[in-house]
Amino acid sequence: MALSASNLKVGDARSQVLVEDLKRTQIVMYAGASGDYNPVHTDEVFVTKVAGYPSVFAHGMLSMGMTGRLLTDWVGDGRLTRYGVRFVKQVWPGDTLTATATVTSIGVTDGVPLAELDVVTVNQDGDAVVSGYATARLDP
Amino acid sequence: MAIERFPVEASHIMMFARAIGETNPIYFDEEYAKGTDVGSVVAPPTFVQASAQFDPDYFLRPKPGQPWFGSGGAPTGITREKREGEGSGAAAGGLHAEQHYVYHRHPRPGDVLTATVREGKSWTKEGKRGGRLHFSESVTEYRDQDGELVVTATGVGVRTEKVVEG
Repeated sequence: MALSASNLKVGDARSQVLVEDLKRTQIVMYAGASGDYNPVHTDEVFVTKVAGYPSVFAHGMLSMGMTGRLLTDWVGDGRLTRYGVRFVKQVWPGDTLTATATVTSIGVTDGVPLAELDVVTVNQDGDAVVSGYATARLDP
Repeated sequence: MAIERFPVEASHIMMFARAIGETNPIYFDEEYAKGTDVGSVVAPPTFVQASAQFDPDYFLRPKPGQPWFGSGGAPTGITREKREGEGSGAAAGGLHAEQHYVYHRHPRPGDVLTATVREGKSWTKEGKRGGRLHFSESVTEYRDQDGELVVTATGVGVRTEKVVEG
């Protein structure tokens, strides 16, 4: 079900828990699916002993992918025309992430109703890990 | 880097969707998808990132017979000395700072995409803890079997320039 422009207003917001207690195995799943096997995400020995981090950490693109779930769950499948983020903070195993999207404007471009949204995903401490925007095509 | 052939496959979409915690049947259930306004399984918004699987030279995938910097018997498989100014081996090539997508349409199983990459803008910024940050964009255009633009992906990488002390 896609969103209809007539049922949406600026300031409307939606939040969703994306993951609770992120597991290292999920990071490995993302490595396998995406093809990014960087040992900083997959190899605790390398990342602690060579790279000098406290543990493996999630691909930024895993956080962006999970954040996209909130968007598509809300605006509907195949509706995004733009989606972008800044990676603000690293995501670690054990993190719980919650995303919030907020409608910032609704308009019509070339006859197509579009909603602009801001999106931010925070960890269990309330710190933003990704922050970005999306544009979605609406039904009239 | 260019990718000559990125076949979008249903099982790959399913694996990718699972990895990002998706349970939405639009990503794996063809029968369900037929009944939606999309009309078929589609790729999740960040799926084109998985085109790395189809880049024969992708440097973050171990390859038979070639050194790999992850651990084996030793904490790293790379034994050479660090060069001056080089980071600790983490994310060689820098960290991912931003990612932007423009969707002309959403890829679906059966599409065979190609990807071309060009350099975008680059800029520098002073880091908070000293040391200059070098940002650079790379713009990837994914086109389909008819040559139509499907997704434009702009990645921004950042490298830090260490301050030389003393």
